[in-house]
Amino acid sequence: MSKDIKIKKGLDIKLVGEAEKSIAEAPKSRTYVIKPSDFHLVTPKMLYKEGASLKAGEPLFYAKKDESIKFVSPVSGTLTEIKRGAKRVITHLVIEADGKDTTVEFPTLDVNAANAEAIKARMLESGLWPFIKQRPYDIIANTETTPDAIFISGHNSAPLAPDYNFSLKGKEAYIQAAITALSKLTSGKIYLGVGKASDSVFANISEVEMHTVSGPHPCGNVGTQINKIAPINKGETVWTVAPENLAIIGELFLTGKFNPERVISVSGSGIKAPKYYKTKIGAEVSTFAYSAGIEGDNVRMISGNVLTGDQVNADGHLGYYHNEFAAIPEGDDYELFGWNKPVFNKISSSRALTFSWLFPNKKYDLDTNTNGEHRAFVVTGNYEEVFPLDIYPLQLLKACMVQDLDAMEALGMYEVAPEDFALTEFICVSKQPHQAIIRKGLDLMYAEIG
Amino acid sequence: MGLKEKLHGIKEDFKGKKMAPAFNALHTFLYTPNETTHNGAHIRAVDDLKRTMNTVIMALIPVLIWGIFNAGYQHYAAVDAANGIVREASLFGNFFTWDNFTMGAITVLPLVIVSYGVGLLVEFIFAVIKGHEVEEGYLVTGMLVPLIVPVDIPLWMLAVAIVFGVVIGKEVFGGTGMNILNPALTIRAFLFFAYPTWMSGDKVWVHGAKEAVGTPDAISGETILGSYAQNSSVVYDFADKFFGFIPGSVGETSTFLILLGGLFLMFTKIASWRIILSAIVGAAVMGLIFNGVADAGWITESSKFYGLMSTPYWEHLIIGGIAFGIVYMATDPVSGSQTNTGKYWYGFLIGFFSIMIRVFNPAYPEGVFLAILLMNVFAPTIDHYVVQANVKKRMKRLKLKTA
Repeated sequence: MSKDIKIKKGLDIKLVGEAEKSIAEAPKSRTYVIKPSDFHLVTPKMLYKEGASLKAGEPLFYAKKDESIKFVSPVSGTLTEIKRGAKRVITHLVIEADGKDTTVEFPTLDVNAANAEAIKARMLESGLWPFIKQRPYDIIANTETTPDAIFISGHNSAPLAPDYNFSLKGKEAYIQAAITALSKLTSGKIYLGVGKASDSVFANISEVEMHTVSGPHPCGNVGTQINKIAPINKGETVWTVAPENLAIIGELFLTGKFNPERVISVSGSGIKAPKYYKTKIGAEVSTFAYSAGIEGDNVRMISGNVLTGDQVNADGHLGYYHNEFAAIPEGDDYELFGWNKPVFNKISSSRALTFSWLFPNKKYDLDTNTNGEHRAFVVTGNYEEVFPLDIYPLQLLKACMVQDLDAMEALGMYEVAPEDFALTEFICVSKQPHQAIIRKGLDLMYAEIG
Repeated sequence: MGLKEKLHGIKEDFKGKKMAPAFNALHTFLYTPNETTHNGAHIRAVDDLKRTMNTVIMALIPVLIWGIFNAGYQHYAAVDAANGIVREASLFGNFFTWDNFTMGAITVLPLVIVSYGVGLLVEFIFAVIKGHEVEEGYLVTGMLVPLIVPVDIPLWMLAVAIVFGVVIGKEVFGGTGMNILNPALTIRAFLFFAYPTWMSGDKVWVHGAKEAVGTPDAISGETILGSYAQNSSVVYDFADKFFGFIPGSVGETSTFLILLGGLFLMFTKIASWRIILSAIVGAAVMGLIFNGVADAGWITESSKFYGLMSTPYWEHLIIGGIAFGIVYMATDPVSGSQTNTGKYWYGFLIGFFSIMIRVFNPAYPEGVFLAILLMNVFAPTIDHYVVQANVKKRMKRLKLKTA
């Protein structure tokens, strides 16, 4: 069996402002924020009140549904504020750092000798569990189920994405420890998809089935790799873990400390000097954004990827799962005859007087304008060109919109996550919010079936 | 303060009001809106529905211009013929002339104006009542309608048909994107069944032919299909048919320009090459079958089917409305098949049935429009089986795992 995954369907979105391969130390962040909304479908139960002082790695809250899943503070300091939104839902937990970095210490764990229970227990008590996501539903993994497989994508093909081979350099031992530990938690294999690179940090990783992936985005999406290697069937569960989180998991096993350090790419055409920054989960984005320089005053700041990330304000914070930050110009302006004039400076999947097909290697400076208004689905056949999964995207989206659970299940809803629909959303002529539609569909399924 | 700021101010004033969609529809023709993305993909491709529809219209413009000149040309040619003068078509000699243009313009442009005026009015009213933005679907429909009717159709008939087609064919299903039948074809079908004397026969295809009936100046304007169906000889040669110096509906005559438009639409990825290609194959297959039947002598010259059945299969593709139908109407993504595999079947059957209807219904030899409407109805069925194949594959995978 060939171990190469080659996809043809997809689209590489090339943007200006790719991060230069040098790491800068971000200025120390004064506050850190954990947003429970990062943990989809988790209702937080607080362990501390406002004013409590915390160590780094100390649990802040647990999940209402499963008390064993704990969420920890990334730094030591004081829990200064619990911000609440509508219906008193907790939106932000603000921790003011004391700069001492006192950390909760666990005994180290020999991952080769430890059994599954010990590993699981350590992951739960130390707050590592939220790094494990499961499919179906794309939520934090259920602690009760044993996954049929674990998938890790070691290749990020998204626009402006950080290069793992650069950002995770030196963390190979941690990644290996995490993989060894995780391999005991699954009844199947761990699959690792890697890109074609000579300096791969994953080159010497063992205890995995390695697949080389190539092709346009979304070849690096873990969902694409799952679909090509071993698609999820009804009743099966697989876990997915991002490589940067493997490093944190492994480090805790080897050193006993929860180290929320992230090497993130700070990129996009709204950044003056795009490069990599060393920072921590939940840090103020202004620490690195203004260190790298923001171009103009009308930019969209995004914690995460330009296709899937969250919009943040200048006083916002890095999301729990994010390892990149992007800034692109806001497109809140009108464009004269933008709908019929020939276009050279924007990306298009058609050739309707749009000329991006002529310049496959050109880098574009895209803004956040939708380039048109929201419409009903009209055009057909275009999503399939950028959607490599063996699923009918339009039909699945429509099934989600009409909340037809049987159709969703039959059409492959168990296999997908919102991020798999980022590209179809990007090219959508009718400007429909595909990722939100899929998220809603998954939530409905989880509530009704899961 | 520039125009942009002024319009922005008006837009803000209209916000939340009943008439907002009407203003926005006009505003967005001048400026693409200032809407930005929210969470989800923060960047979007440049294509929107307006651009998509506009591309189809661009592919229709040459056909419309040809239709205008041809309407004039056919009128004067028929008048000459009535007086015993035989014309030889020549592009710059007697086709692209000022006389042809003015005569064509006064007959064709009112059709365009009525089509857009009435159709868009209905669209605006529905958008305002239902409180959604005006969708662009009618931009193409409004251009297609004047191109698929005879030149002399009374304007009030056209208006009635458009109201029927847009309301019953589209809006009752929920508007653009939800309709089952192609609205332009619904309009044409309505005209055909409500006012058959204005839509078929040998007196409606040339301007002035109908009024001149029974007078000393009587002119004839039979289409080629009509001639074949009557088993009578055809006076036009290949170049006439291919380039379009023939009578017929306004936009359907020039296969050459339709071919160019089709290539443009396929290149721009707006129209599905799968549908166009398989429809041509389908028509050719059916044509070949009929040719075989005629050659085998199963049908004799006395049969009323003989004329069209013995027409060479390739000629079927360049006469009548089949080329226009395949390129501009079968490719409508909403009423057509929505899966790529389904598109092959959908297109093939359109071509196949077009020729079949054409041959077996000599009283109304224009089969492509009925074939497309028929396949519109069956497109969801085709898609169902295509999607079920994917579903079955998934079930099989599950069974293998659990077995």
